Amino acid sequence: MTGASPEAPVLDIRDLTIRLRGRDGATLLQDVSLSVAAGETLCLVGESGSGKSLTSLATMGLLPEADLEIGGGSIRLCGEELRGASRKRLQALRTTRMSMIFQEPMTALNPVARIGDQIEEVLLIHTQLGTAERRARVLDILAKVNLPDPRAIMRAYPDQLSGGQRQRVMIAMALVLEPALLIADEPTTALDVTTQKQVLDLIRTLQKDRGTAILFITHDMGVVAEIADRVAVLNAGAMVETGSLQGVLSNPTRDYTRALLKAVPGLEPRPARPDTSAGFALELDGLDKTFGRRGIFGRGREVRALDDISLHLRPGRTLGIVGESGSGKSTLARCVMQLEAPDSGVIRVCGDHVDNLHGASLRNMRRRIQMVFQDPYRSLNPRVTVGETIAEAPINYGMPHAEALALARDLLVKVGLPRNAADRLPHQFSGGQRQRIAIARAIAVEPDVLVADEAVSALDVSVQAQVLDLFEQIQAEMGVAILFITHDLRVAARICDDIAVMRGGQLVEWGPAAAVLTASRQDYTRRLLAAAPGSHWDFARFRPFPVRAPDMTGIAAPGRPA
Amino acid sequence: MPVIFYVLKRILATVPVMAFVAIFVFLLLRLTPGDPAVAIAGDQATEEQLRQIRAALSLDQPLLVQFVTWIQQIVRLDFGKSLISGLPVSELIAQRLEPTLSIALVTISMSVLVAVPLGVLTAWKQGSWIDRGAVAFSVLGFSIPVFVIAYMLIQLFAIDLRWLPVQGFAPLSRGLGPFLSHAILPSVVLSVIYVALIARMTRAAMLDVIHEDFVRTARAKGCTEPRVLFRHALRNAAIPILTVVGTGLALLISGVVVTESVFNLPGLGRLTIDAVMARDYPVIQAMILVTSAVYVLINLLIDLAYSLFDPRIKY
Repeated sequence: MTGASPEAPVLDIRDLTIRLRGRDGATLLQDVSLSVAAGETLCLVGESGSGKSLTSLATMGLLPEADLEIGGGSIRLCGEELRGASRKRLQALRTTRMSMIFQEPMTALNPVARIGDQIEEVLLIHTQLGTAERRARVLDILAKVNLPDPRAIMRAYPDQLSGGQRQRVMIAMALVLEPALLIADEPTTALDVTTQKQVLDLIRTLQKDRGTAILFITHDMGVVAEIADRVAVLNAGAMVETGSLQGVLSNPTRDYTRALLKAVPGLEPRPARPDTSAGFALELDGLDKTFGRRGIFGRGREVRALDDISLHLRPGRTLGIVGESGSGKSTLARCVMQLEAPDSGVIRVCGDHVDNLHGASLRNMRRRIQMVFQDPYRSLNPRVTVGETIAEAPINYGMPHAEALALARDLLVKVGLPRNAADRLPHQFSGGQRQRIAIARAIAVEPDVLVADEAVSALDVSVQAQVLDLFEQIQAEMGVAILFITHDLRVAARICDDIAVMRGGQLVEWGPAAAVLTASRQDYTRRLLAAAPGSHWDFARFRPFPVRAPDMTGIAAPGRPA
Repeated sequence: MPVIFYVLKRILATVPVMAFVAIFVFLLLRLTPGDPAVAIAGDQATEEQLRQIRAALSLDQPLLVQFVTWIQQIVRLDFGKSLISGLPVSELIAQRLEPTLSIALVTISMSVLVAVPLGVLTAWKQGSWIDRGAVAFSVLGFSIPVFVIAYMLIQLFAIDLRWLPVQGFAPLSRGLGPFLSHAILPSVVLSVIYVALIARMTRAAMLDVIHEDFVRTARAKGCTEPRVLFRHALRNAAIPILTVVGTGLALLISGVVVTESVFNLPGLGRLTIDAVMARDYPVIQAMILVTSAVYVLINLLIDLAYSLFDPRIKY
């Protein structure tokens, strides 16, 4: 199937320019050139809006034609020019010579079709194989991507699979016809670290067997360090620099690349802050929560989401809750927020019980605990101005409208936005700015506890760093306690005083960040740390760590005192 | 089997609804101000006529006895006798069922066959001339009264061109040709509004899913556009479409009065209207019950059909 000669690159993009349609259409991608050889992985790195996804969609012929057009350049796949190729030709090339996997495995599969049928469809469209042969090929590829019990998976629907399993299905679908080129667009961004590591390993193994050329799109430098042979850095639609992995990470020639690498938070824990305050802002004592008790017709499966969780947090400090999906960290946040009632256990805010409250006392308690959510694109009402959004909670708690709006403007300044931002609507802001707005909204009622649920996970690293700084600054000014829920250990290391590691509803470990991140005695914590991509590389200093993970004791050594 | 449990559970859930309707229908007559017999027979009735009506409707019995008797009767599908024709009401309804069901089914099938592809096409070509044309058509379809379209079509196809009969109904037992030639005009007339409705709903539902990631995945697999649209997108858009189709069918069975009048069809709509005009209470009561049962049954079927299209909807 692969038509590439050893010398010629599988994918060769030259001076690619992409514009918005229309007379004075803005240029989104300007003269981008890159090439990927057989068996090679090129990581295309950039922040959102850099044009990295446009490049991949243009290659697949999947650009939204109504809005965008290719303004110049060429895209050659195994020597064949794709620019201007007929729709029919492009359809024939997809999955046979070039395949693509996407960021969101949860939504990339058709939810109402069986997994087996979805993979088989590729064979149905592109081959003459009979039913039995097709089935055999599907079983074979499902086994190759290490899915347990391929026969059961074939009959399953996507919602019965985990995110990691779905991404394996996507990989199976993409590679079943052994294409010469695989385009992977942030394929592990939505996955847990351990799952991410497994999926990266799988991609690499399959690549080795088949000599697939991989164009790997990511914003995560850790992933780059794990998988790339070469790196291409894209910024604002233009190529910044290209080079070998070692060359770009250890000797970046351009300022932009240096800044990008410097923004990557390290796995070194922050220096511990003095633990001064006497009382606790938040106390959790023996929280239990079990889901899934069904009626007589249900399947009766129970999930222990929280199993005897006890934690506490002092004012002005940050406690990180770290764990994979399904570890119970989001349930914990929901219980603290009083959005979910624990089956048993006690929650206290500044010494006051918060469980079993109703009516006015519950409303009062809500004021004292506020939340910042993960996705700033969905957590703000798109039809309400930013000022009204921030002012809403104070108004609900009795502040006059004019006063609340004035407060909203002050808060916008506090979170680093202009006063007149209050009059605008959320869609006029970037993701990072929206998260600033969400923080302003949360602190408008001066809570004792701020719950941040994956609050920076959806942001680019450079923006992430700024928002984390904002959290610290707000905390220093207000003395608010922050419960910071994250799956990203680098983020946890950067902002948390203490870290609690959760797994399967249980508390694996809880202690000062330095102890948990550098000297954990728990196997699970050490595995989690080892799985963090690029944990052997000190990005901000452009060099590898002296001692490689999983021996984490070396990590804290350079630079800061722990 | 959980599926059977689910179906049984859903059927059981319809019992309270139907019981409520039955009580309402029963009280309808009994709570009429004044003497219901007078209301039925009119001011000119003799004492003998009133006595007969009271006996026929057992209005001379205590309320509770009346109710128990009545429930026993309707459980056996015995709705009493028409005050006008003297025929059993269940027989009257059975006679009228075929024309109504025929027209309803032909109408809804035609509407779906036209509207769903139209909706898919307009969603795919959103903003194009075909999309705007379809929008204009649906506005027109919603706003022209049914009888205007009906008389226009009769004038054209039955009177000027003489292709089709002007009025009347031919049962399927007389052959497919006569059946269709009688059924086609009323069905086309009725389907105008359903085509508009279902096409709009299909378009909206398709627009919701057409930008989803799995549609992009289908394209990345090399699927042709029709395959992307009909096999991947449409099935995910099926649920709201199904709801509109089901509700449409229920409306068609219970309320196509105008069309039945214009085309002189001996259907349930005409039966209801005639009964209301003649104050034929047993027939009115039975029609309310039957109509409610149709709605409940069709909603049940829609609910069950959801899970056919979307396996995530669990029993």
